[in-house]
Amino acid sequence: MTKDVRLQGGEPEQAPEKGTPEKGTLGEALRSQGVSRRSFMKFCATTASMMALPPSMIPLVANALEKAKRPSVIWLSFQECTGCTESLTRAHTSTVESLIFDSISLDYHHTLQAASGAAAEAAREAAMEENHGNYLLVVDGSIPLDNPGYSTIAGISNLDMLKESAKGAAAIIAVGTCATYGGIPHAKPNPTGAVSVNEIIKDKPIINVPGCPPIPVVITGVLAHYLTFGSIPELDHIGRPKVFYGQSIHDRCYRRPFYDKGQFAETFDDEGAKKGWCLYKLGCKGPTTYNACATTKWNNGTSFPIESGHPCIGCSEPDFWDGGGFYKALSLPTEDLSKTAVYTAAGAAVAGVAISALNRAKKNTSNKIHIKTTIDDLRK
Amino acid sequence: MTEIELLSWARGPGLQIATIIFVAGVVIRIFEILLLGRKANLAEAKGAEMSNGLKTMVTRTIPDPTTFKRSSVTIVSGYIFHIGLFVVCFLSAPHILFLKDIIGFGWPSAPTAVIDAFAVVTIIAMLATLINRLTNKVMRYLTNFEDLLTWFLTFLPLVTGYIAFHRIGLTAPSLLAVHILSVELLLVIFPFTKLMHAFTLFIARWYNGAISGYRGVAS
Repeated sequence: MTKDVRLQGGEPEQAPEKGTPEKGTLGEALRSQGVSRRSFMKFCATTASMMALPPSMIPLVANALEKAKRPSVIWLSFQECTGCTESLTRAHTSTVESLIFDSISLDYHHTLQAASGAAAEAAREAAMEENHGNYLLVVDGSIPLDNPGYSTIAGISNLDMLKESAKGAAAIIAVGTCATYGGIPHAKPNPTGAVSVNEIIKDKPIINVPGCPPIPVVITGVLAHYLTFGSIPELDHIGRPKVFYGQSIHDRCYRRPFYDKGQFAETFDDEGAKKGWCLYKLGCKGPTTYNACATTKWNNGTSFPIESGHPCIGCSEPDFWDGGGFYKALSLPTEDLSKTAVYTAAGAAVAGVAISALNRAKKNTSNKIHIKTTIDDLRK
Repeated sequence: MTEIELLSWARGPGLQIATIIFVAGVVIRIFEILLLGRKANLAEAKGAEMSNGLKTMVTRTIPDPTTFKRSSVTIVSGYIFHIGLFVVCFLSAPHILFLKDIIGFGWPSAPTAVIDAFAVVTIIAMLATLINRLTNKVMRYLTNFEDLLTWFLTFLPLVTGYIAFHRIGLTAPSLLAVHILSVELLLVIFPFTKLMHAFTLFIARWYNGAISGYRGVAS
């Protein structure tokens, strides 16, 4: 269900300066950076198909994107590894996706921006004030609740910064599994009391874009949807855009026929592995993982982990780190069951003998105290 | 609790608890039965106990013609669903992997299409046994709560497994968790219900055969 919120992203309150790509439309920005019409249309077609739109919608997407004003984006990085930013900025060579990302008005991103310290914070505050109610808030990383001192930026705790920045946001995009579901900081024993964005912010539309890291094209796809339709895409039950997270890795995996035939790689270097058979037995979490890896792939569409011979680790699902081991097949118990069974059987055997002895003792006692009824007793 | 947490619980502590109850229950009951003891038979033996007992363990697999005529639906559907359950439980790749993790060895699996077909046939056969039980007057009279409970808890893992494989309704982690939990439920009630027949069946057959053998009569 598409959330019934009309966002005014792309319409900063300050009028853009005419002719300068930075403040102009997205189309201008792309053209100024040498993106051809052909590659732009190709991107629009890919985006439309990823969003499950009919081909007739491609011109609409292109038109909307070309005319879209650059929305102000504030990017907050909390307890994270910067992998999500790396994924976006370094995974590809200069593609339309990355240029679209360049062409939003990224007003605050403490890893990427040149300013630091007070100047950086001033930029965030200025962007929040200028675009109040309209800016997009992107968050990567989880938020520690146990002690605000665990993670601070310019002396401000992650919790305070998130609450303050969320107030004026049109929508929040939680990027990466840490921001969406707590991720690795949230993994047992969760020493910092890490939580996800949607556990703190309850009154704003939140789009979860999980993955460790998320696929770059998925992030830009969400942005493209926002710019095209002015609304957030249809989300699944855990807040992920259905267009990208609607199908499991297993269902779209090119190795699926091997699973169906019962052909599995047993080790990483056996014949099965060399023949590209299913990696289920090596712990593949594809059957329980919803993401677009098998279709959009990574590194400019080159491949995805399973294609490289490694099982899916389920990084776009909540608590993937505590899922019982990356190399343990999904149908396996997470704890040592054979030990439990053997110890229980041994204990139960002793108990069984003891119970039987008690039964016998009871029987013997009953026999001993049993008084036979004679005909004389009945005559009394 | 998220669905992944539920799945982790089902694969971890849930499975441990179910295994402990199942193993302890089954072992204690078998010990109790075997150690019941019998009075010494003072009559002269007119035949062999052991060989007759072993023979009966096999021969009772084939129903005698009169019984078959009287309860053909029960026997046919019963056979189909037992064979189906065996194939689905012991020849599907994820199940073999599970058993291998516990007992230390595995065997080749059947293709998923075969398992799928067996699952459908087993579901139909189990429904047939239930319909027969409820429509046949005598059967209905003999049916108690335990019969329906054991039928339901045997049917549940089968259906949840089928749904989990085809991903109907819920997401895959939830479906897998529900499937594992349904198996755990079956394991927990197993030692306390007539499901124990899976273990006592051959003991009982041997005993019947052995008594007849001792007396020198056909079993």
